[in-house]
Formats: sequence, C-alpha cells, structure tokens
Amino acid sequence: MGKRLGAGVLVLLGLMWLSVGAEAGEPIRIGAILSVTGPASFLGAPEARTLEMVVEEQNKKGGVLGRKIELIVKDSGASPEKAFSFAKQLIEEDKVFAIIGPSTSGETMKIKSVAEVGKTILLSCAAAEVIVNPVAKYVFKTPQKDSDAAVKIFQQMKMMNISKIGALSSNTGFGQAGEAQIMKLAPEHGITVLANEVYDKAASDLTAEVTKVKAAGVEAILNWSIEPAQAIVIKNARQIGFKGPIFQSHGFGNIKYVEVAGEAAEGVLFPAGRLLVADGLPNTNPQKALLIKYKKDYESKYKEEASTFGGHAYDAFIILVKAIEKAGKADKEAVRATIEQLSGVVGTGGVFNFSATDHNGLNVDAFEMLTVRKGKFVPLAN
Amino acid sequence: MGLNSDLFFQYVVAGITYGTIYAVVAIGFNIIYNATGIINFAQGEFVMLGGMTAVTLSRFLPLPVAILGAVAVTTVIGAVVEILFIRWLRGPSVLRMIIITIGVSILVREVALHVWGESIRALPYFTGTSVTSIKMGNVYISPQVLWVVGISAVAVVALSAFFNYTMLGRQMRACAANRDAARLCGISAKNMVTLSFMLSAGIGALGGCIVSPITYVQYDSGTPLAIKGFTVAILGGLGNSAAAVGAGMILGILESFSIWVLPAAYKEVISISLLLLILFIRPSGIFGSAEASRLKEF
Repeated sequence: MGKRLGAGVLVLLGLMWLSVGAEAGEPIRIGAILSVTGPASFLGAPEARTLEMVVEEQNKKGGVLGRKIELIVKDSGASPEKAFSFAKQLIEEDKVFAIIGPSTSGETMKIKSVAEVGKTILLSCAAAEVIVNPVAKYVFKTPQKDSDAAVKIFQQMKMMNISKIGALSSNTGFGQAGEAQIMKLAPEHGITVLANEVYDKAASDLTAEVTKVKAAGVEAILNWSIEPAQAIVIKNARQIGFKGPIFQSHGFGNIKYVEVAGEAAEGVLFPAGRLLVADGLPNTNPQKALLIKYKKDYESKYKEEASTFGGHAYDAFIILVKAIEKAGKADKEAVRATIEQLSGVVGTGGVFNFSATDHNGLNVDAFEMLTVRKGKFVPLAN
Repeated sequence: MGLNSDLFFQYVVAGITYGTIYAVVAIGFNIIYNATGIINFAQGEFVMLGGMTAVTLSRFLPLPVAILGAVAVTTVIGAVVEILFIRWLRGPSVLRMIIITIGVSILVREVALHVWGESIRALPYFTGTSVTSIKMGNVYISPQVLWVVGISAVAVVALSAFFNYTMLGRQMRACAANRDAARLCGISAKNMVTLSFMLSAGIGALGGCIVSPITYVQYDSGTPLAIKGFTVAILGGLGNSAAAVGAGMILGILESFSIWVLPAAYKEVISISLLLLILFIRPSGIFGSAEASRLKEF
C-alpha cells in the first residue's frame, strides 16, 4: 500500500514537473530549413549564421516569455524535395513551434501545403510574390516582393527617360519569377522590352546574349538572376561596348559580385533593402539604428560582410518573437493571428505592416535604389 | 533581326571565347584518358581547385607566381587523389572507375566549400580590367580571351610534343595502348597513371586560372565546366588534344550563333544534341578514326 502510494505521489510530482516544464522551463523549438550549402548557399549560409547569432542573443536576455529558444537548422541544399521531408520531420517529429525559411522560392512553394496542413507558422526567407499571393493562413515571408523590385526599377527608368530595354534572366525560380514580373509590369510603366533572353544559370560567358540584346537597339539592360552570371552579364556588356545603364534585380545585393566584376560593376543600378547602405542613411530613418547594430554584430562575430539575405532570417526571427510576446503565450494559433496584427515592426528589410490579406507587410518603399561607386554600394539619391 | 558583318564577327568572338574555355577543360580529360582509358569525372574539380588556389595565393604573391603555385598545388592534389583512390585497385571495371571519380569530385567540392566558403572569386584580368576590350572595326574582344587562346595553344603544342617526342610521354601512351606489353618492357604502369593524374590536374588548374577572370570560380563551378569539357572531348575524339580545341571551337561558335536564331535558353540544347548525335553517328569523334578507337580497350 505504502509503496503504491509512494509511486502515485511520484507520478503526480512527475506530472506537475512536466506541466510546469511546459509552461516555463521547456524551450520553444524553432525549426529552420535553409540552403546552407549548394547553389543557393549565399542565401542560406548567412541566414543560418544570423539565426544562430540572434537566438544566442535572445537566450542570453532570458529567452521569450521566460522560455529559452531551441533552434534546429536543417540544410536543404536548395533542394525542394529535401525541404519537403525536413518540413514534415520538423512538424511531426520535432514538433517545432514555427519554421523559418526556406531560402528559395521553389522550396517554399513545395512546403507551403505542409505548413498549412501541420498548422505551423512558416516564415519564408524567399523572394517570389506567389508565396503570399494568394494568402495562405500559416505562411508569411520577410523579403521584399519581386513585383515591388520591378516597379522600383521601372520608376527609376522613367525618371531617366528610358523606354526601350533588353531583359535577361536566368533559368531558375528567381530568374523566371522576375522575368514574369518584368513582362507583366513593363507595359504598365510605358516600357517596351525589345529583347528578352533567358540563359542557363551555370553560364560561363554571356557575350553572345548581350550581343543580341545590344543589336536590338535597347537603351538599357535589365538582368534578373542570383548566380555569378549576373556579374558576367555586366562585364560582357561593357566589353562589347554597350554604354547604356545596366539594371540588376535585388539579387545583386552581395558585394562579392561587385568585387569579381571589378570596374564593370561601376554604375550598375539595382533596388535593395537598406542594409547595404546603412551608414549612409539619414539619422531620421527608422531602420538605421537596427541595421547598424545587425551589421556590426554579424560582422564582428563571423568576420564577413553582412548581406540583405541574412537580414531576411533576422526579420523572420524578430517578427516571431514580437508576436509571441504580444500574444502572451506560445500558442501557434494565437501567435499566427497576432502576426497578422503586427504593424510598424522595424526590420532589416523595411518596416513591416501585416494584415490578414498581406502576409509580407512590405511595399515598394522598402526598396532603395542603389548604385555602385568605386566598388561600394551607395544610395543613388546621394 | 538582320546579321551584318559586325554582328557576325561579334558572335564569332563570343563563340571563340566559349570554345577555348571548353577546350581547356577537355584537354585534361584527354590526358587521363590517354594514359588509362578512363574518364576522370573529377576533372572539373581540378579546374576549380586551380582557380581557387590561385585566387588565395594571389593575395600575397604576384599573379604569375600565384598561378604557378596553384598549378603545383593542384598537381600534388592530383597525385594524392590517384594514390588514395585509384592506385590500389586491381583491374577495376570502367563503371567502378566512373563511380570512384564521381565520388572524388563530390568530396573535393565539399572540402572546397569548407575551406573557401560559398562566395565567388576571380583572378584579376591579366591585361587591363574587366571592361577593357580590343576594338577591331566594330567588333570587341576581351584581351583575356586572347590570353586563354594563347596559353591553351602553347599547352596543346607542349602536350603533343611531350607525348610524341619524350620517353616519359611515349611510356604513358604505351601503357594506354597495351598495359601488359608496356609492363613487359619495364614501364611502371602504376607510376604512369599517377603521372597522368598529375599532368591533367596541372593542366586543369592552369585552365582554371586563365579562365577565372572570365567565368569566375566558386566551390561548385567545376561541374558545369566539366560537362562542357566532356562534351567537347567526346566531340573531338577522346584522347586527342588538338581535336579537342577544334571541337571546342565548333561547339562554341554553334552555341554563339544559336543565340542569334533561337532564344538563349536553347543554348544548352545545342551541346547536348550535338553530344548525342556524335555518340550515335561517330562515337570516335569528329576528328577521331574508328579504327584507332577500336584498338582502345574499355
């Protein structure tokens, strides 16, 4: 009898400990599916490093609602199939609270339904607009929309009185989503696309492509890709004597491309988040302080230049933390609904204003038109 | 769109640029094939290693020294690869060799990712900058293309002299023609295979250095180059370096002109169709002879 009573007490104590644990001690698990290696590693690697850094910092401050955060990073290598099985694993086995990532649009589209069925918040770090349009209940994204990037570029072209352009894009998810936006939005801005060429993402030289575009008599070239090819394009265009302005997508926001393209990168115009020009922003800019802090923290910890891509993971994390704090409990449904009500959240990509119909929260103002001067990114306005 | 003579020659220049890049990679395939009768699918990784090492060395060494250093380092890596993965095999099948070399290529790529990270690099242009071009009439050509053409030409001539006129080169060819007979003549077949890996790693690395200002280099940039190089090696006829240059030019110019008539997205279709076509019609390659290829043992 005494034994059974003792066992009963133990079980009871155990149960109490468990429930207490879940309330205060047990960490909040956050999964991340990122292309840390592979062809999109320039996205995934800084994203993973950023997350490790911010999670460590948050835990030092005592976590969220007194609970530590446990981060599980899965390297998808940019493979949608791998992302799919990792998403299932994170939701069903690891029972994560939310998933940050994937890094690429193709992967995100593949796992959108997994997040919906598993009722788990997904904060994508990928660019394509289709991720949040049409809206899926549990799916959000932090990078600026590619349609807004195209609009920003066309507005700039109009200001420069450019009306005839040549478009180049790579045969990747990013390139093709961009190409679709170019073809859709150019006529609305009174811009004619005289030549539209798609090249292989592994292209080693693009002289013939730019020759064709130049021969079409274009005033400017607009290239949309995220591969090294975007640095090859500008070089080849200048080598064959193309003198007009060259525009790039927001995928150009990595100083490495400027370094390898050298002199050819001078004067390239592209829209980007403000991280790249944080120091040059006016003090009144709401993002300035946060951008400088992120840049400094990242660069001193990892000894490499911070990129806008790592910033997307940073934004996903602060949005999640803000929503959990505001909801007052780590409840998936409550936090999901809270994200939709967040407004004025200052992130690296812009100031986020979410709603039930806008799961991105950014508009065209999140972009700044940048250019390259003396091997550095500078705001075009300066 | 009309094709005036300026445009025509600009496409030719583009084709020559593509062609020499492909040919440089193809030569490396041929050396190992000549000595061993196998295709080394890690050849692209030698090209990548050459480029990467040269970029790293060029930070504290003058460019020519950095390139020589990169070639030396990659040559040693070629020897290590052969000694670790190939040398101890007894009469391996072609399939086994293919799988081993593919495995090596993945291994090298992963190691490169850990050593250099995922960012892209490039050597500076040997002459001028990335925007410099030589203007002939209304046709522009980058001086780097001339460097690549020149250095590849020297490499091809040197290689064919090596294989035809030096004792070592002849020994390597003897091993390829008939390994048993070569061994009866006192040639160490194993050493010849090691040497062929070193030679092709060195040539690959040199190629990687000279094309890196044009194509850039990244831990995984070897594979796409290897695919094109392989196509060109088959197209010209395996084992023949001069034929590889010819085939490289043919493919490069075809690709370049394909862009004039077709959307650029079809450029890759050209090379793959050509590869399939040649494998069906003339498996010995455009410049190869059917009799000679029948003598090769697979």
